[in-house]
Amino acid sequence: MSNYRIQGATGEWEVVIGLEVHAQVTSASKLFSGAATAFGAEPNSQVSLVDAAMPGMLPVPNRECIRQAVRTGMAIEAQINAWSRFDRKNYFYADLPQGYQISQLYHPLVGEGSLLIEADEKAGIPEDKVIGIERIHVEQDAGKLMHDQHPTMSYVDLNRSGVALMEIVSKPDMRSPAEAGAYLRKLRAILRYVGSCDGNMEEGSMRADVNVSVRKVGEPFGTRTETKNVNSVRFVMQAIEHEAMRQVDVLEAGGKVDQETRLFDPGTGTTRTMRSKEDAHDYRYFPDPDLLPLVLEEDFLAECRASLPELPDAKRKRYVEVLGLTSYNARELTAEVETFARFETLLAETAKVIGKDEPAVATQVANWSLSVAPGVIKALGDEGDAANATAAAQASILAMQDKGEISGGQAKEIFEIVLKTGRDPSEIAEAEGLKQVSDTGAIEAAVDAIIAANADKVEQYRAGKEALFGFFVGQTMKAMQGKANPQLVNQLLKGKLG
Amino acid sequence: MTDLTSLGVKDIRDGVAKGDFTAREVAESFNAAVAEAAALNAFIVTTPDHALAAADKVDAARAAGEQLGTMAGVPIGMKDLFATHGVQTTAASHILEGFTPRYESTVSQKLWDAGAGMLGKLNLDQFAMGSSNETSYFGNVTSPWKKAGSNAAMSPGGSSGGSSAAVAARIAPAATGTDTGGSIRQPAAFTGICGIKPTYGRCSRWGIVAFASSLDQAGPMARSVEDCAIMLGAMAGFDPKDATSLQMDVPDWEAALNSDLRGKKVGIPREYRMEGTDQAILDSWEQGKAWLKDAGAEIVDVSLPHTKYALPAYYIVAPAEASSNLARYDGVRYGLRDLPDGVGLQDMYAATRAAGFGDEVKRRILIGTYVLSAGFYDAYYTQAQKVRALVARDFERAFEQCDVILAPTTPTASFPLGSMNEDPLTMYLNDVFAVPASLAGLPAMSVPATINADGLPLGLQLVGRPFDEQGVLNAGLAIQQRAGFTAKPEKWW
Repeated sequence: MSNYRIQGATGEWEVVIGLEVHAQVTSASKLFSGAATAFGAEPNSQVSLVDAAMPGMLPVPNRECIRQAVRTGMAIEAQINAWSRFDRKNYFYADLPQGYQISQLYHPLVGEGSLLIEADEKAGIPEDKVIGIERIHVEQDAGKLMHDQHPTMSYVDLNRSGVALMEIVSKPDMRSPAEAGAYLRKLRAILRYVGSCDGNMEEGSMRADVNVSVRKVGEPFGTRTETKNVNSVRFVMQAIEHEAMRQVDVLEAGGKVDQETRLFDPGTGTTRTMRSKEDAHDYRYFPDPDLLPLVLEEDFLAECRASLPELPDAKRKRYVEVLGLTSYNARELTAEVETFARFETLLAETAKVIGKDEPAVATQVANWSLSVAPGVIKALGDEGDAANATAAAQASILAMQDKGEISGGQAKEIFEIVLKTGRDPSEIAEAEGLKQVSDTGAIEAAVDAIIAANADKVEQYRAGKEALFGFFVGQTMKAMQGKANPQLVNQLLKGKLG
Repeated sequence: MTDLTSLGVKDIRDGVAKGDFTAREVAESFNAAVAEAAALNAFIVTTPDHALAAADKVDAARAAGEQLGTMAGVPIGMKDLFATHGVQTTAASHILEGFTPRYESTVSQKLWDAGAGMLGKLNLDQFAMGSSNETSYFGNVTSPWKKAGSNAAMSPGGSSGGSSAAVAARIAPAATGTDTGGSIRQPAAFTGICGIKPTYGRCSRWGIVAFASSLDQAGPMARSVEDCAIMLGAMAGFDPKDATSLQMDVPDWEAALNSDLRGKKVGIPREYRMEGTDQAILDSWEQGKAWLKDAGAEIVDVSLPHTKYALPAYYIVAPAEASSNLARYDGVRYGLRDLPDGVGLQDMYAATRAAGFGDEVKRRILIGTYVLSAGFYDAYYTQAQKVRALVARDFERAFEQCDVILAPTTPTASFPLGSMNEDPLTMYLNDVFAVPASLAGLPAMSVPATINADGLPLGLQLVGRPFDEQGVLNAGLAIQQRAGFTAKPEKWW
């Protein structure tokens, strides 16, 4: 249970949130035409006759877009509808060449599913929570109006016109901005794992319509507003926060919330009316007569299922249960596709080089991947070249560390040089003298000398002043120029001090 | 030498192949006939150069000993609903006046590939909406036929009225038509020619200006069943660019033509015996039964109980689809733009569409918008779709008892232009026999049967099972052979 509440003058209010996420399907071509979909191309350079709605042009469904939406549905364990249909949503706007958007109102491709958001005390999510997903349907994106090209006219760029979107509609199951944020991040991760959407919110590949209402705990749902096209997780959370407060203010002032469409202003973090219910379009949905119902064959579904990768929840579980990682590390490593991909490559390489199995080195590799390596890379900034941080180089450093040849500090130093120069780590260790001394004889000689030179302190230590142990370690390391294997130093000092 | 313009598709093709005359001679003859026939207003634009270029290509191919296409050397008229590369394509509307596509419709491309050439773009009812060819922005088409004892301009039918007038007047040996609710069959019947609407999906709709997508089908209009078989063969075929296109082989309909109907059953739908049908039409229907019986067929009574609901359902489904299909004509990207000074987008839409669409088109957009509106959708559109399913089921059941259905094409013969404009509903009734087959997506054909007392042609309609164009053509051929329809309009233009 979320304990997020808005403190109003009349008591506590609970926020009810549902999200409609529009995710652009990763596909080389559009939903119903062969035109390309790359981001950032010259205006109107990726427009087919179909996208421009020339007379007599017809849509033909793109199999890859359907496949990606089905795989996404499978990834949220949703019902896949083997029979679905496209409908036309009719309205006039200059960015909508056909005068209708091809969408799926009555028979969506994907039915009910769900997604798990994990407990995160710090973020205010006390326990794991399952968020219901109502449906996923596929539809066309619209073009884009450009108002800054001419003093009195607007221009239209149709590059996005007809690009495939998945609309992923959640149930009104979220109760705090944090839950909504976690839902979006999790959904984004799933989409990226599956490869059905790049999740790039800045480029508009993923955006959310945010439905918010408030109620006193235990009461029925209040009237909701829909804030359109919010394009970052932070903005979604801000929009919810602002909208919920606004509604509480309205209700406590004796007013009522209007069911309306609102816009989010990222500059002020507030929402404002876009159009009221009275101005709502009558979209005159009806089945698109240019398209036959979409019937999915068993083979197609089987291929979709077989091509699904290991998904975030399963991977996280495996990292904890099989690799023995902490749940924190597991969550961090599985949050992004790039992160786990780098981790898994390095893990395999390191296990191979060291000659142990993966669980035996996983914690070492996880710590390296999550804190040590990023720290060095960050500190080095532009001086380093991340391309030098190959799995082979890092595995070689980790292997030297595992064998006690180098210390943690030396590992960082070596990595720094690797980043700067791309040289081989073992060669660096040799050439730069970045190796710790594990020669018992040398360390023993140093220890003997220090004991001899500090008879008084030895006396005190033996009399019970154990804190002096650190002094002996420090002196020995100093004598060894910091290169002695600390474990050996400890071991020898303990033996000789008695 | 024979007057080449008296020849049909087969005779021209065979004559060119044999070397009796050149394709260029044919094209020149028809180009000249077209030029003389401006009074019919059958063409919106003429393209004599297109016809000549195609003819020269055929002549060169023949000289080189190459294999000739199935339409080689045949110049045809192209209904101005088909997008033609580099040639204005208007759907007979003001809103598309001056629109010149940079693409070629699949059907027209297939015809050019088969060796046909284009005489011009044929007039039609605006956006194919109409049954008399009086809704064109480019003026009425006048039928070459005259009522005995009258000089009144007669309707060539619609919407493919330019096509029917041109073929009947011998200014084109054949023409393309499109049929949404009778737009090939009714004008064919009005002008004493043949026209077949194939099974929905046989001909690609790609590049045809859409009226009602779930009903629109292209088909040939010509003066004989054989010519229709040849031309349909060139037009049909699977097209990956049309998601509703049939993924089936195209049979060689011409080769398989056979008017021996022994073992076949012809169904006579009792519900088509409607009030308001001319006695002469009923008589010709009786005659048709006798002809098919003579060809060896057994005549059986069948029932199509939902017939009377077909027309109302059609006038919900077709306008609903049209209201959406025509939304793209908005003045933003191509065609007419009416942008009064200082107004915004909504005003531009309103001004452009007010100026660009004719009354009948506006009427249907209004009907279509209304029946799809919130609160009315279920009562109209959903209900009409149910009726449509029932009409299709009627046919399925009837075809358990017969192989092909014989019915009149229209309830009346042609009428004078301007005589039916009082009430649009009376005009809509003209398609009462044609619409059920459209709703069911079935192949249906009109063939000329006889001349009525006014000297005007009457047609008979044959409706077949899905994909059985052959059965329809064969029964049509049997009628053609027995009807001996040789009447042709006297040249007055």
